[in-house]
Amino acid sequence: MTNPFIDLLAQKGTLLADGATGTNLFNMGLMSGDAPELWNTDEPAKITTLYKGAVDAGSDLFLTNSFGANASRLKLHGAEKRVHELARVSAELARNVADKAERKVIVAGSVGPTGEIMEPVGTLSHALAVEMFHEAADGLKAGGADIGWLETISAPEEYRAAAEGFALAGLPWCGTMSFDTAGRTMMGLTSEGMVDMVDGLENAPLAFGANCGTGASDLLRTVLGFAAKDPARPIIAKGNAGIPKYHDGHIHYDGTPELMGDYAVMARDCGASVIGGCCGTMPAHLAVMRDRLDSTEKGEAPSLDQIVAALGDFSSAGDGTGEDVAPKRERRGRRRS
Amino acid sequence: MSDEDDIILSELDDEELVAQMFDDLYDGLKEEIEEGVNILLEREWAPYDILTKALVGGMTIVGHDFRDGILFVPEVLLAANAMKGGMAILKPLLAETGAPRVGKMVIGTVKGDIHDIGKNLVGMMMEGAGFEVVDLGINNAVEAYLEAMEAEGPDILGMSALLTTTMPYMKVVIDTMVEQGIRDDYIVLVGGAPLNEEFGKAIGADAYCRDAAVAVETAKEWMGRKHNSMQSA
Repeated sequence: MTNPFIDLLAQKGTLLADGATGTNLFNMGLMSGDAPELWNTDEPAKITTLYKGAVDAGSDLFLTNSFGANASRLKLHGAEKRVHELARVSAELARNVADKAERKVIVAGSVGPTGEIMEPVGTLSHALAVEMFHEAADGLKAGGADIGWLETISAPEEYRAAAEGFALAGLPWCGTMSFDTAGRTMMGLTSEGMVDMVDGLENAPLAFGANCGTGASDLLRTVLGFAAKDPARPIIAKGNAGIPKYHDGHIHYDGTPELMGDYAVMARDCGASVIGGCCGTMPAHLAVMRDRLDSTEKGEAPSLDQIVAALGDFSSAGDGTGEDVAPKRERRGRRRS
Repeated sequence: MSDEDDIILSELDDEELVAQMFDDLYDGLKEEIEEGVNILLEREWAPYDILTKALVGGMTIVGHDFRDGILFVPEVLLAANAMKGGMAILKPLLAETGAPRVGKMVIGTVKGDIHDIGKNLVGMMMEGAGFEVVDLGINNAVEAYLEAMEAEGPDILGMSALLTTTMPYMKVVIDTMVEQGIRDDYIVLVGGAPLNEEFGKAIGADAYCRDAAVAVETAKEWMGRKHNSMQSA
């Protein structure tokens, strides 16, 4: 089966994805607490500007403004009936920008988490989660997205539900998780665990990987964890531009464009072939990443020490892979089965 | 598991039973925890002792292993749920017997922030540690916090933010508390993914809590200081 994303990846070897959505929109005046997805219809010119920022900086692929376009998230804004519409419009605006570009650019329909905890630990049922993802994917497909793009997922159950939702919509997809808790996802999944989980999916993604989390160093350690399993699919790396710092009443990310340029090259050396940024990554960062990826060749994978030297410390000593597994507590022996 | 491996809770002596309840909390076994609480009540344990020695003791182990990256959110949620089962039995009895309260916390995400998984986790872990928790939900303006503090009389105010754009609002709340002269009446704890210790200090919070387990430990520590300062006053 052919797909524009796979074709472009085969042609170019490495793709530059986009950067932040939220950070850019807040800079354009989005107020905290407002749903960014409502701007697809309320402020379409600003969303087009957001998309053009990534394309003009050299991205081969960018995500639509639909991260929170699912029934569970939009319900917080009383807009749960507009999931399909807001997803569709986010993709239509994107399609328009991509088709005007002088080179091939992929429109990836962003799909974020529901924000709910799934059964049996939480309350969201598998069936309902599948339905939510299906609805979002349908809207993105109707708006002309080339692929769906699941991101910032913590729970394997939710990743599986999304895979089914994309299958029902007939939309090929990629999917990344966030490894922000001692090198694992919030729900405890390791990088190695994700490779196994993805391999076991009936509707497997075209590419998989990591986004957001805690800084560029941690993200590359996660990518090395993926690569160590020699996965069957391309690896995606979308890390934050450093760590947020508070200065005189406002926040800024401490990752410079130069640092993100180093990160992009190292991500490729670690084994990633779809490379972008996440929170704090602006067009200025993307432009340097583009330049560095184009002007260098893929090199040897860096060691953990080299990553720390270039990009800063890890947030935790280990990440739960390989020999690095904390001992489970000595048990008295469980009773009853 | 075979019948031979079954442990009959009522046949254990007190010490073994409490140790078994630690394990059952760790495994998130709600029915077993409820059974254990009822057995201890039948043995005429004071409700407050059951709370602190069996339940809070067990949840402390869960909290430590969460902090140390041995347990993760799903296990902690199941443990908190089991703890809640035991608490439901003890709560009316604790009120009747006039047991000392561990502490009370008002918690909510700040204005503009609708991300609540972290806040919910802290609430559950705090309840697991025996605290009474009043959850204001998401997107709280300074007025909502002030009203709740007035109405509920908590020991602790907890504020959470997941976005870099919403975290500065915590300072608005603290500054307003200072203006109204009530800042020192409360322990103010802040948390959320983009925060750090430096930020907590910069805005005038008492402490930044990296995760739910740290929040519980910090709350206990500050409650201890509060008691000491009250005694010396």
